[in-house]
Amino acid sequence: MTDFSYTLLIPLIPLLVFIFTGLFGMKWKPIVSGLIGTVGLAISFMLSLLAGYQYFFASATESFHSIIPFNWLWLSLSDSLQIQMGVLLDPISVMMLVVVTTISFMTHIYSLGYMKGEKGFARFYAFLSLFTFSMLGLVMATNIFQMFIFYELVGACSFLLIGFYYQKPSAVAAAKKAFIVTRFADLGFLIGVLILSFYTGTFDFEKLTQPGSTIFTHVAGLSFMGISALSWAMGLIFAGAAGKSAMFPFHIWLPDAMEGPTPVSALIHAATMVVAGVFTVARLFPIYHFYTPDVLIFIGYVGGFTSLFAAIIAITQFDIKRVLAYSTLSQIGYMMVGLGVSGYGGEAGLGYMAAMFHLFTHAMFKGLLFLAAGAIIHAVHSNYMKDMGGLRKHLPITHITFLAASLAISGIPPFAGFFSKDEILAAAFHSNKLLFYTEYITAGITSFYIFRLYFNIFWGKNTQYKHKPREAPLNMTIPLIFLALASTFGGFIPFHNLIAPDMKPFATHTDLLIVLPSVFIGLLGIAGAWILYKKENDIPEKITVWMGGLYTVTYRKFYIDEIYMFVTKKIIFNRIARPVAWFDRHIVDGFMMGIGAVTVMVSRKIKGLQTGELQQYAFVYVAGVILFVLTFLYYLG
Amino acid sequence: MTGFQSILLLRHELLLIVAALAIIVVDLSLPAGKKTRIIHFSLILFSVVFLLSFFPTKSGELFGGSFQGNQLTGFMKDILNLAVLIVFLQSGGYLRKKENAHKMAEFFVLIIFTLIGMDFMISSGDFLTFFIGLETASIPIAGLAAYDQLKSRSAEAGVKLILLSALSSGVLLYGISMIYGATGSIYFKDIALKISSSPLIILGFIFFVSGMGFKISLVPFHLWTADVYEGAPINVTAYLSVVSKGAAVFIFAIILFTVFKNVIHIWENVLYALAVLTMTIGNLFALRQNNIKRFLAFSSIAQAGFIMLGIMGTGGLGMTTVVYFLLIYVFTNLAAFGVAAAIFDASGVETISGYKGLYSTNPKLSLVMMLALFSLAGIPPVAGFFGKFFLFTSAGSQGYFILILIAVINATISLYYYLGVIKAMFIDKNDQPVAAFNSSVTMRISLLICSTGIFFVGFASGIFEYIMSLSSMLF
Repeated sequence: MTDFSYTLLIPLIPLLVFIFTGLFGMKWKPIVSGLIGTVGLAISFMLSLLAGYQYFFASATESFHSIIPFNWLWLSLSDSLQIQMGVLLDPISVMMLVVVTTISFMTHIYSLGYMKGEKGFARFYAFLSLFTFSMLGLVMATNIFQMFIFYELVGACSFLLIGFYYQKPSAVAAAKKAFIVTRFADLGFLIGVLILSFYTGTFDFEKLTQPGSTIFTHVAGLSFMGISALSWAMGLIFAGAAGKSAMFPFHIWLPDAMEGPTPVSALIHAATMVVAGVFTVARLFPIYHFYTPDVLIFIGYVGGFTSLFAAIIAITQFDIKRVLAYSTLSQIGYMMVGLGVSGYGGEAGLGYMAAMFHLFTHAMFKGLLFLAAGAIIHAVHSNYMKDMGGLRKHLPITHITFLAASLAISGIPPFAGFFSKDEILAAAFHSNKLLFYTEYITAGITSFYIFRLYFNIFWGKNTQYKHKPREAPLNMTIPLIFLALASTFGGFIPFHNLIAPDMKPFATHTDLLIVLPSVFIGLLGIAGAWILYKKENDIPEKITVWMGGLYTVTYRKFYIDEIYMFVTKKIIFNRIARPVAWFDRHIVDGFMMGIGAVTVMVSRKIKGLQTGELQQYAFVYVAGVILFVLTFLYYLG
Repeated sequence: MTGFQSILLLRHELLLIVAALAIIVVDLSLPAGKKTRIIHFSLILFSVVFLLSFFPTKSGELFGGSFQGNQLTGFMKDILNLAVLIVFLQSGGYLRKKENAHKMAEFFVLIIFTLIGMDFMISSGDFLTFFIGLETASIPIAGLAAYDQLKSRSAEAGVKLILLSALSSGVLLYGISMIYGATGSIYFKDIALKISSSPLIILGFIFFVSGMGFKISLVPFHLWTADVYEGAPINVTAYLSVVSKGAAVFIFAIILFTVFKNVIHIWENVLYALAVLTMTIGNLFALRQNNIKRFLAFSSIAQAGFIMLGIMGTGGLGMTTVVYFLLIYVFTNLAAFGVAAAIFDASGVETISGYKGLYSTNPKLSLVMMLALFSLAGIPPVAGFFGKFFLFTSAGSQGYFILILIAVINATISLYYYLGVIKAMFIDKNDQPVAAFNSSVTMRISLLICSTGIFFVGFASGIFEYIMSLSSMLF
């Protein structure tokens, strides 16, 4: 048995880096903080790769087991209900370790160039380290309570990093929005955890996800408002997951979060934190599958809807980071669909495996797309497509790497996205045709919007630039090249030998009936983009005019933000808060005035001694007592 | 029980009596020009009292069962002592003002006298001791609220407090007499055996809850709170919102869990209604406040509503979560009040709009305030989150999920107004922010203690388990 105790260092190193750079970073030259952070992450990255190798490949076995090298007892609420802090290694957490440290390491290197000379460089690196620590703590959690704590911590880091440019009002607003929306969702998570732990008496993942365990027997018959207690718990936990993963209708914070620095968008809002929700569902998958299949299929539908909905919006956006943000929503939707249609043992677990596979490849190519977008923004000083065009001559490395990522997301073989997306489609095909067709159409839209982006940036019109755009420095291009290689060849990693819901890997076979149409629709999307955007022409303009209102609706993101504003401002504020205030001012105060009027008459005679309020207070007090007495004597007597 | 053991059992009360008398005597013997020395003397003396009180004892009872002492009540008194020590550390700046020169000692003496009353109340074994303790604690508080007696608001606060307090004590006493009438005893142990859910006892119980609800500021018995908190000097307000409320919560929980143990179905319903009303109304009013004292008053009303959730858990778990929450609440609320007091002493500003741009001039104070507000709002990983979480777990252990849902929604609403203060300090622009100043050493020490508490109490799991071990012995 290999000793895995060194895995504890993987999250601890970023934590130490955070503490040191946080405390002393101000006093050092900014670059020192950056270098310390990068070196620390390099060590974590190496250790994660080592852990990945030892866990998956060093021992050739038929199935994998969870390993818990550390588990400290932190709090014991009762003899059975205990909270621990520990490290859990199983196929998905080891995979996530590799993903998180890879992207984080790349972002660290990249930011040395991208953030150079920014005010708050040291602060930026301190927060990056803190985020990495929190994210690693989340994926290694041995119990759902530990997971919740790290859920909140990554949320806080995300808030701090979105609001990094705190002088910019839009960044502050976006940070606030992200924080409030995800916290509302976290409420659901917390209540779900409470219900789950109350009925099962444990927080522990090992006990919770053991198929056929007896801990759910208490909860079996209980229901509330026609839905079983366990479904409530698991549904509420999914609400928390949906908030983090920006699933409809909690998706509104993610596009605005693009106000943060681009490396942050790549790390947090594309590759790691936003997939925490997918990871949560995967972590609790046995409960969803065995006890609440209704919630699981609901998750699938939410994912399917979000993926189509976000892909359509992505077509109409002009800010390149926003296109990528909607694309992220859409791709996370894919992963949720994979989980939603998955079964448990043997080949039925294809969806689960494919979702994790897609999580991995998506982290690589979407991280790459964001970092490349950063390099482009760095070169032309604008986020908007209209300021770009013909950049392939100026930014050759960015161009090639961006193309690799675009082909990967479009699902063109042999790029990484092809394999993972294809397996999700295959899993959906065998279990739910509606979701299959939704995802199939989404695949076409995906390749269309991503190549619209590609052609508009690198081909299209030959924009005359005031300053000739220059290729990014080496510390920015190296991460691009690394991730481009991962996006190109990552699909050949034999995931089906590594990951399965019951940890017993199974063989998969390629179904040409699904592969060929999916490649076809990917190419169709690319062809569409080619015709419309490769050379400057007026077809897109005509289509916009022809689509008229439909286009506007899509461009305005289906008015979801407006609906939220309507609900919060118009309904909650006007319909609830105002009446309460009115009630308070007119009825309560008026009532008081009435009593006060009597008091005033009396108090005129002893003027100056009383304010007239005291009697009201006493009156309310006694009225309260009487009310309580009457109510409870009636109900309890 | 030997004489020495009896003394040990009474150590909190006896030490406080000695300290109060010593302060009076020393104050009298100080020459007129050197009266400020009493501040340092009281601080040092009280620190000694605080430390000596930790002396471990066995549990036992005195005066034929009228006085109950055990490790849990000892721990509760230690929490109150700690809170008072922090309040004393924060009061130096206020007491040194010219108009207070002749009455500095009174501040310390009055607070210590109320504390003696509270300690007796917590240890009471019958309703008579309980009531005497309660009144001993209440009357000097009115004096404290009117400490700025030349300011009309402060004098008004004192008068309001004493009159309404008398009313609530009357109701409370009426309730006790009904319970006595129904059971024929004033001893907690005897009542617990004879209690039933007859209408007379329900009536008596509701009167009892109304009286306690006044002390804890539960809605609808809370109306005095905002006016008194606003009118009283800020350090007194801090004391009222933490120590006075904390002591009342402690004894309330003890009596519910021991005396009314067998009529749990009555008081759970009453508390349910009170908890919902208190959280919601407290929150709705806190939204509209601009004066920081009024704001913290309504926020503390809302917090009292959350505490009711912990009490509803009953038994060892319920008691543990309540004591644990109050320990955290001591650090949290006193940090917030401490910052408010420091700012008020230095600049006279006590409105939230006056805090705009505070971060640019007083970054450390702003950070402490932020920490305190995060803790009040219950944002992890600061201690306030753990406090609230365990209160929810306690209510959850009895299956009150709808109540938890209401509480969680309220906690989220509260986030809005707590963040509003943080926004004012950190984000809003202000041409004339509060000027940069250095607060006194004692104030800094107190804020350091509070911040440390806010950071570590949540993570130091030993504390929760220690309280758990104390309370599971009793309930």
